[in-house]
Amino acid sequence: MNATFAVLTRELRLALRSGGGAGLGLAFFLIVVMLIPFGVGPFPSLLAQIAPGTLWIAALLACLLSLDRLFQADFEDGTLDILALSPMPLEGLVAIKATAHWLTTGLPLVIAAPVLGITLNLPSNAYWWLVISLAVGTPALSFLGAIGAALTVGIRRGGLLLSLLVLPLYIPTLIFGARTVTAAVEGVDVMPAFLLLAGVTLLTLALTPIAAAAALRMHMR
Amino acid sequence: MSIWEFANPVRFMRLTGKVLPWITVLAIGCLAVGLIWGFFFTPEAINFGSTVKIIYIHVPAATLAINAWVLMFVASLIWLIRRHHVSALVARAAAPVGMTLTLIALITGAIWGGPMWGTYWEWDPRLTSFLVLFVFYLGYMALWEAIDEPDKAADLTAVLTMVGTVFAVISRYAVNFWNQGLHQGASLSLDKEEHVADVYYQPLLLTMAGFFFLFLALVFLRTRTEIRARRIIALQLQEAN
Amino acid sequence: MTLNVSNLTCYRAGRLIFSDQNFTIDPGETVMLRGPNGSGKSTLLRALAGMQPFEGDVILNGVTLADDLDGVQEQIAYAGHLDAIKPQLTVGENLTFWAQLFEGGSISDAIEQFALEEIWDRPAHACSAGQKRRLGLARLVVSGRVLWLLDEPTVSLDTETTARFAQIIKTHCAGGGMAMIATHIDLGLDTPREIVLDPSAMRKSTPSRDPFLSGDWE
Repeated sequence: MNATFAVLTRELRLALRSGGGAGLGLAFFLIVVMLIPFGVGPFPSLLAQIAPGTLWIAALLACLLSLDRLFQADFEDGTLDILALSPMPLEGLVAIKATAHWLTTGLPLVIAAPVLGITLNLPSNAYWWLVISLAVGTPALSFLGAIGAALTVGIRRGGLLLSLLVLPLYIPTLIFGARTVTAAVEGVDVMPAFLLLAGVTLLTLALTPIAAAAALRMHMR
Repeated sequence: MSIWEFANPVRFMRLTGKVLPWITVLAIGCLAVGLIWGFFFTPEAINFGSTVKIIYIHVPAATLAINAWVLMFVASLIWLIRRHHVSALVARAAAPVGMTLTLIALITGAIWGGPMWGTYWEWDPRLTSFLVLFVFYLGYMALWEAIDEPDKAADLTAVLTMVGTVFAVISRYAVNFWNQGLHQGASLSLDKEEHVADVYYQPLLLTMAGFFFLFLALVFLRTRTEIRARRIIALQLQEAN
Repeated sequence: MTLNVSNLTCYRAGRLIFSDQNFTIDPGETVMLRGPNGSGKSTLLRALAGMQPFEGDVILNGVTLADDLDGVQEQIAYAGHLDAIKPQLTVGENLTFWAQLFEGGSISDAIEQFALEEIWDRPAHACSAGQKRRLGLARLVVSGRVLWLLDEPTVSLDTETTARFAQIIKTHCAGGGMAMIATHIDLGLDTPREIVLDPSAMRKSTPSRDPFLSGDWE
């Protein structure tokens, strides 16, 4: 427990001290959402209709931003070798690092999303479900991203490849997440979409530490 | 003689060298007979006209596009568990073939959908799933290309295949959930054999067999090329030592 | 507490690095690993740490590396070319983290032995290369592991610190520890045993086990 806490605090400290930390993803989120009305026109009813999808896609892209550094820095400065020898299993390490990524990237998006929802004229009955769906869905984005980050660690220009590998894996989360909010807007039952979203997240949390740790071990030898 | 003997590159080369010409002949034969029969000697369908005949390419390509991924999954699993090099190379060799078949299925679908649905592209669950599959193939091939060490590349692409398979299956159902296929009445789902009349069914079986043999021949051919490439690298390293 | 290595052979990217290394390290013993550049010193150390595929048997304290990777790795401390230091954190934060993670050795010993008190609150990016190396090596002490695998540990250390480090290795071994050190310089340890990797002696003699070379090709 002590070691888990030590890794988590260190990850958070590193994220906050390097290059803007949480603020950067948040700024990106804001910019993407801001660009949408420029692209489709300033029509309140149209924006209201596309608001759930827009917010979800913007959150998804913002999550992707800082992923390529998740293991890359540790790989480059030799930390990964030492962590592999430490008493903590690599699977646990992956889970903690992905959690730290979510706390510094996903969580701020969850908090900021309702504010941006107002700018997109999101109907008032959907705000709770927007926050809940993002809170439940974005951890899956961080954990799936950990797989991509582990696969592409040590690869030149790995960032672009990471997006190509990770974005298709985001499809189920995006579909169920955006559908939850849309259902809330339409006033139909949100539960089917929401429960499927939660299911995908739980599966991801269980599966990705194993896969990402396997990939990291393959890279280290 | 166990099946694992083919995991030895030399044995694999010897065996496939012998059977490859026969498979190629079978592929050409089945395709030629099946396509000519299908295109010129079947009646035009009442509702569809001659456009229906594209199923002789569309259906086999679509079927094999999925099965190519299944083959990659099995081959990757064998590599991860038993570390047979040929298995990893089969997976690598199958990917571009599978990608091309996916593309063929998408393009023939669009050509058929143009006159039938009045649109070349529809965000129909089945079409969308194939687009997703196409992206998975792209990612897999890009990862192979990005890693210098062949064994490491085989390891990592195998992990990607495992994870990708899980999420490709989930995506398939998620896509169904997302759009229940408004434009997909049962009369249009010719992918299911039971909806096809016998006159179309027999040549379709032939082209299916033809595509299967063609797929097999291409995968064997590409695997042989990969094995030779690995041998060249190994010989060069030996020389350099 | 013994390290037994027999028939250790390593390939890297299909190329034979070294073959058939046999040696034993007893408790309290320091072994110097010598050899020219490219002879495989780093590869050998990484193989012993379970971070590099190998052929042969490595048994540390009764645990076989091939069977129980974790069981061997939890007895090893490794210091490679990289210091594994985060520039954004202070010296103290860096070392405290490793101490919390490994929960093995004494952090006050490490501070004292490597004279880290004076730079304790300094951000690591403001440290000199030698100071970073001291911090990196201090991790060995806080990890509390039996076998130290050191790859060129004295790079960027001054003479005084090098002598001090030699003393730390002696203390470690006097307490029953073991150390294997790849280095070109004389650390000033009392007649340690040497293992020499000689590239010219082992090439050609070993037949390649690459599956793409063996067998009868037409």
